[in-house]
Amino acid sequence: MEKTQNNRAWFLVLPVLVIVAFSAVIPLMTVVNYSLNDTFGNNRFFWAGLEWFEEMVTSDRLHDALGRQVLFSAIILAIEVPLGIFIALNMPKRGFWASLCLVLMALPLLIPFNVVGTIWQIFGRVDIGLLGHTLEGLGIDYNYTNDPLDAWITVIVMDVWHWTSLVALLAYAGLQSIPQAYYQAARIDQASRWAVFRYIELPKMKGVLLIAILLRFRDSFMIYTEPFVVTGGGPGNSTTFLSIDLVKMAIGQFDLGPAAAFSIMYFLVILLVSWVFYTVMTNLDREDRT
Amino acid sequence: MARITLHNLAHSYLSNPAAEADFALKRMNHVWEDGGAYALLGSSGCGKTTLLNIISGLLHPSEGRVLFGDRDVTDAPTADRNIAQVFQFPVVYDTMTVRDNLAFPLRNRGRDAAYVAERVQAIARMIGMEDALGRKAKGLTADAKQKISLGRGMVREDVNAILFDEPLTVIDPHMKWELRTQLKTLHREFGHTMIYVTHDQTEALTFADKVVVMYDGRVVQTGTPEDLFERPAHTFVGYFIGSPGMNLFDARIEGNRAHLGDATVDLGAVYDGATAGRTQIGIRPEYAVLTAGSGLPVTIRRVEDVGRHRLVRAETAGQPLNVVVPEGMPLGQDLTHVAFPADRINVYADDWRIEGRTA
Repeated sequence: MEKTQNNRAWFLVLPVLVIVAFSAVIPLMTVVNYSLNDTFGNNRFFWAGLEWFEEMVTSDRLHDALGRQVLFSAIILAIEVPLGIFIALNMPKRGFWASLCLVLMALPLLIPFNVVGTIWQIFGRVDIGLLGHTLEGLGIDYNYTNDPLDAWITVIVMDVWHWTSLVALLAYAGLQSIPQAYYQAARIDQASRWAVFRYIELPKMKGVLLIAILLRFRDSFMIYTEPFVVTGGGPGNSTTFLSIDLVKMAIGQFDLGPAAAFSIMYFLVILLVSWVFYTVMTNLDREDRT
Repeated sequence: MARITLHNLAHSYLSNPAAEADFALKRMNHVWEDGGAYALLGSSGCGKTTLLNIISGLLHPSEGRVLFGDRDVTDAPTADRNIAQVFQFPVVYDTMTVRDNLAFPLRNRGRDAAYVAERVQAIARMIGMEDALGRKAKGLTADAKQKISLGRGMVREDVNAILFDEPLTVIDPHMKWELRTQLKTLHREFGHTMIYVTHDQTEALTFADKVVVMYDGRVVQTGTPEDLFERPAHTFVGYFIGSPGMNLFDARIEGNRAHLGDATVDLGAVYDGATAGRTQIGIRPEYAVLTAGSGLPVTIRRVEDVGRHRLVRAETAGQPLNVVVPEGMPLGQDLTHVAFPADRINVYADDWRIEGRTA
């Protein structure tokens, strides 16, 4: 049979192309443009090639920020994932208390990021903050504005407070989907609590946990607002994570070229990690279906 | 192993049951003899699974006690009862291999590795999965998964009882027969008390020495397959056992006669107790005989050939009637009546069978 050729069909994809162009391609290309050129204002650009990229790849400043970023993401994942699972396991399964728990757990997730930052900024202040003042009263030397370790602890505790709920809620949803028959079989088989977790709950939660880890990794890797409000990246550069550093570079110092190169690499790293997660998850899915 | 006694047992899923209708399981006393092979038969929702879960301890009864031998286990958790139970739908531990699945109940009880390996091998042979022992349980078919569940139920030798909750629902017919035979063999070999829940009468009758029929939260009859067939204690048993079930006719009982409209049937015994309430007579399709003149007038509606015999769908005294006609017997125009041999008739008052008195 003769295939109908009609190139007007391309018009049908035009709306999508336009939307994607405006939402993603054109803004991204602007950044690409900055990353490959040097400019002194007045819209005059000079070709710089890969110079900015080379500068950024070898920059100690970026390496340090990246190191802090990776450490931060690793710590909050190591705390929030087990803690979220633990909370989910201990939440009531049904009835009034289950609903109440769900509402209370969801609350931190609904607070705007900069409000979270402000809450903790004040909460931790030694002069007027409930936390800071109490700690001082207990004789503990705590001051997030001039002690890097205290600043880290504050930022991490804040993130755990803000986001553990997300992991807990996802894990809870995973747990709720396990049929009762599995628990009954485990009781018949005299499985220990640990065995129930290891062989029933964990395997059934695997899918949602991967999503939780992906979301928490991505968000923590891009974190900006909350630590910026609390510490402003300090003391010194001790809590200057990638986003904070990027903003300092682009807006504070107006180094648009390096900042643009930085942005692109930052974007690629997140894209790469997300892609790895996506691949792992789809592979697991396929395994489940066979 | 032990005799299982249910003493004044009742269960309701409501927290404050008031009326009898609130109870999923009506008050009952029942004894499961040690080493018996029981089938628990009944339609869906009659309380079979509830009863099973109470025995295994997955459910705590609202009232009454459960005894294993002389020990009261009503408040004992499932793990303490040393009981095996196989569910209707397969439950396998996905991340484990078939071998680890089968070994799981033994390992949880701290049995040594050599014994575990030997038992697992024996069970794998029984369920026909020796070749699949090293495979992950995850990718298997529902069929194979259910065989693993069955295997896990049978792997322990020292259990007090093995409870099967419609375990062969997802298994294909050929394998069903095979597995049922295996269960029988297992029972003969080890003499475990086995309770097998099903709503399939063939399954119940082939598996069990004793069949327990439940209806609406009650045990209505316990007996051998023959008892259930010949003398159903309740109209439900008559209707549920047999294919098709027993013919039941509303009838007025007077002494040794039953009146169906204008017609009269001789009962061969005197039934004094059957004067009040709803009275019925029942006769198996296998025992009703089409005749050329004696008995009740009958109108034949349809004849179905079902292989070994023919099934006649008819009507007598304004009520439907099934008659099984043996192969070879000619079905002529002259068969205008149906006769009920007196010794095959059961009489029911308000659905319960009553005994006649020989006059």
